[in-house]
Amino acid sequence: MSAIPVALATATGLGGAGALAALVVPHRARVPLVGALTAGVGAAGAAVGVTALTGTHWSAEFPNVLPLGGTYLAVDALAGWFMTIAGAVVTAVAVYGVGYAAGRPARRPAPECRAPGPGVPGPGVRGLGSRGAQAVLPLFALSLLLVPVAASVSTFLALWEAMALGSLLLVLADHRERPAVRRAGVWYAVMTHLGLVLLLTGFALFAADAGGETFAALRAGAHTLSPGVRGLVFVLVALAFTSKAGAVPLHTWLPRAYPEAPDPVSALMSATMVNLGVYGLVRTGFDLLGGGTAWWWLGVLALGGLSAVYGVLQAAMASDLKRLVAYSSSENMGLVLIGVGASGLFAAHGDRPQAALALAAALLHVVNHSAFKALLFCAAGSVVRATGLRDLDRLGGLRARMPWTAGLFALGALGAVALPPGNGFVSEWLLLQSLIHGLRVPGVAVAVVLPLSVALVALSAGIAAAAFVKALGVGFFARPRDERAAAAREAPPLMLVGAGLLAVGVVALAVAPGLFADGLGRAVSAATGPTGGGAPRGGGELGVRLADVSARMSPLWVVAALTAATLLAAGLPRLLARRRRRRVHARLWDCGGGAPTPRMAYTATSFAEPLQRVFDDVLAPEQDVDITPVRESAYLVDRVRFQRSVPDRIEHRLYEPVLRGLDRAGRAARRLANGSVHLYLGYGFAGLVVLLLALTTGW
Amino acid sequence: MEAMSTSVPIGTALTAGTAGTAGTAGTAGTAGAVGYAAVAAQILVVVAGAPLLTGWMRQVRARLEGRAGAGVLQPWRDTRKLLRKESITPVGTGPAFRAAPALLVATTVVAAALVPLLSTDTPVSSHADLIVVVALIALGTFALALAGLDTGTAFGGMGASREMTIAALVEPTILLSVFALSIPAGTTNIPAIVSGAAHEPARLASPAGLLAAAALAVAVIAETGRIPVDNPSTHLELTMIHEAMTLEYAGPDLALVELGAQMRLTLLLGLLSSLFAPWAIATSGSWAALAIALVAFAAKVCVLAAVLAAAEVLWAKVRLFRVPELLAGSFLLALLAVAASYFLNGAGS
Repeated sequence: MSAIPVALATATGLGGAGALAALVVPHRARVPLVGALTAGVGAAGAAVGVTALTGTHWSAEFPNVLPLGGTYLAVDALAGWFMTIAGAVVTAVAVYGVGYAAGRPARRPAPECRAPGPGVPGPGVRGLGSRGAQAVLPLFALSLLLVPVAASVSTFLALWEAMALGSLLLVLADHRERPAVRRAGVWYAVMTHLGLVLLLTGFALFAADAGGETFAALRAGAHTLSPGVRGLVFVLVALAFTSKAGAVPLHTWLPRAYPEAPDPVSALMSATMVNLGVYGLVRTGFDLLGGGTAWWWLGVLALGGLSAVYGVLQAAMASDLKRLVAYSSSENMGLVLIGVGASGLFAAHGDRPQAALALAAALLHVVNHSAFKALLFCAAGSVVRATGLRDLDRLGGLRARMPWTAGLFALGALGAVALPPGNGFVSEWLLLQSLIHGLRVPGVAVAVVLPLSVALVALSAGIAAAAFVKALGVGFFARPRDERAAAAREAPPLMLVGAGLLAVGVVALAVAPGLFADGLGRAVSAATGPTGGGAPRGGGELGVRLADVSARMSPLWVVAALTAATLLAAGLPRLLARRRRRRVHARLWDCGGGAPTPRMAYTATSFAEPLQRVFDDVLAPEQDVDITPVRESAYLVDRVRFQRSVPDRIEHRLYEPVLRGLDRAGRAARRLANGSVHLYLGYGFAGLVVLLLALTTGW
Repeated sequence: MEAMSTSVPIGTALTAGTAGTAGTAGTAGTAGAVGYAAVAAQILVVVAGAPLLTGWMRQVRARLEGRAGAGVLQPWRDTRKLLRKESITPVGTGPAFRAAPALLVATTVVAAALVPLLSTDTPVSSHADLIVVVALIALGTFALALAGLDTGTAFGGMGASREMTIAALVEPTILLSVFALSIPAGTTNIPAIVSGAAHEPARLASPAGLLAAAALAVAVIAETGRIPVDNPSTHLELTMIHEAMTLEYAGPDLALVELGAQMRLTLLLGLLSSLFAPWAIATSGSWAALAIALVAFAAKVCVLAAVLAAAEVLWAKVRLFRVPELLAGSFLLALLAVAASYFLNGAGS
């Protein structure tokens, strides 16, 4: 019983010690020490999570810790599920981060920005290794772990904002080196605070009507709310949480912030912070508001489907390695939202077992996504660190120079494409099963929505395969297309160890998902209430068993059979051959035109071209051909400039008009403020009069 | 709303089970020696029969075009010739290029073991999930596309790019057809679907069954790279899809790639025949039933292949960017199949 508070206190203490150490300790010892303490924070948090997943509950209140509201904490299995994920990822990424920030070379060499002079400090002083960033890192890690622990609105919002600010500061770590970081920071700051405003409004409305701001009071008071207020609260809160999860249309911060953040921070944000959006949605929608009506969840389903397909399409178009991986987060969170939405829909129709199945699929996909996404970002970070390049059109040939990193990226990519030996397949299989079997829930809306959801999941899986074939095949295989890619060297051991820890997690999730069944079952029933069944047991298999349906899959056997068959298929021809012959090396087919150069190879852009043409109407690419003729004749071409970009269309259509309108309003409002004190006093007077009039007549 | 809730028993999402036990998922799981023999026969008939089937299709095609043809055994002769040659590694290729042929064959072999081509009563029948089979086939495509990119030539990249585009667009059709087929059976387990259809042939003649069959047939043509989606005998760079990816292979590797492609065709035609013409497939563990199933399988697949070959004589390959229209059509059929299946099954009851 007492394990949870001890571990929580340990995590908090280690986090504080880490921040303090970063400020005090000189830079040589700073990075390893802070890294070790952050890893400790993660381990302690994971311990809390695992304890909670075994069925232990814990709650506490400290009325005097936070002004006005006090602090309320509670840990249940749902919180434990997210804490375990966050803790495990934090530990692995902290190890990775030590290697990353410690011997940091002058990557992204930008002599035009800052000439390396005698006054330039040594490695690890700017960027993520700087004193400020290192002080924020353990606190950010701590906030990631503590958000699910909060059990009152004010505690939750304080921790939520601490997490947002911590991540913002870390995103901005490289702001001196690249101006793009600053732009990304502004977008992220605005979007996350827009989310905070929505959350604040929603929860304030909720708490005012429910008569208390602790989660227990909200849970008890939810039924007294009128349906309209409940719906409004849900819409406000769901918009904020899906924005944090990176779902369309409030996703625009994600493809900007992730590529520009230091790589360990990208890994932390994409693998743990986006999850908390899902956590918030599940906690509020299921637990606090107690389910709700079908249209709420149809909305969530629609957002999820849109995010899944739009995110993966943008990922398939991206030629920036980190942007591709970032957009894939949008896709996977979309899939999770499909699961959450379907679960809510089933629950609203009263089919609890089906709802539990869909939610289990969603939560399992959350952990799978965290594992492979952190791994992908770590591997991508190693590439960026070694080459200074993010552009897939210039990378290539890394499998020979960075074999470990290439292998780790391949493992992550296999998880991301939802094909059998990968871990993503396991949860997508469960998601598809829950959708396919959901048809027994009555209702025309269900009958229309579920087939479409299945089609969207399938389409996003197909395009994800194309996107990751592109990332792996163009970025890591073939030959280097740039001398920086040709001169790449393998990442330092600590980075490989950190990524290797994540790889172990990916393999465990892929091969033995049954190990996580106990915890998953408890987390699901913590969210949806008792599901009416016996406790699930662990094992090597994955199965669905409802009243009249059943399906089974055994990932372990699939892996074993595939390995055996591959070895057999590779070995048999050699045995059958009459003579043993050694492999002979030969030139590539060059059509008789001389050895092909790396410039002739397909690039990421050319790889994505057919898909872009197919989805022309959705993506609306911009193309620009500029032909300069020779001076003497208009028929002889001197220079041709071709430019094409695939902009984020939602951003184009939705955000730019709003931004332009705000800009225009701001310009117009300038006339109101002409510097005259009399006028300002007049405004104050008029405002007061209007207020008093309103008070006397209206209320 | 609360009427049909918690009384339904559930073993939540993840259930246990020691991995080896043959469970029951619609069919009786008392597979003895006959069951193991059935699995071995399925693998063997796909591996050994695939070149023969290709030879048969070429022969049908040749006769329809007024040629004599090279005989049914020609693909086996080609394979034997290629296997005797030395292995060649093009300079600059890596492990992905070398592993892909074996992986392609392996995915098809595992899928062949799972799909009830001959018998629904095998030791693996409880694990034969339709989604897993579809994903295994997609894995082969994935591996081959990576190998195409690994060569670093324009051809390899071109083939990989086109193949992945088509594969991405085929996926929704396939899964929706799976959805439509699983509604009457209540499961995505293929042996259960097949034995259910064998006992209740009306399912197949229903609009849902016919629509799903049509949709899946188009998807199978796209997945196996036949006309009108791809032309397996072309080597013109403008039209190549599958051939462009595998252009750098030679010797035993090429033999494996070709065998893999032929096996996929056999397997998918076999899957179609199992799903939509499930007659004479063994549902019990008797040797006689297995022998009958073997003969019936050969006959069904040969008829399907002959129809496909005849259609290929009449059709022309469509332009690459017209293929999405074809696939969108098949997607619509699949969606209609789900709708029909839902409403014909008594609106979700």
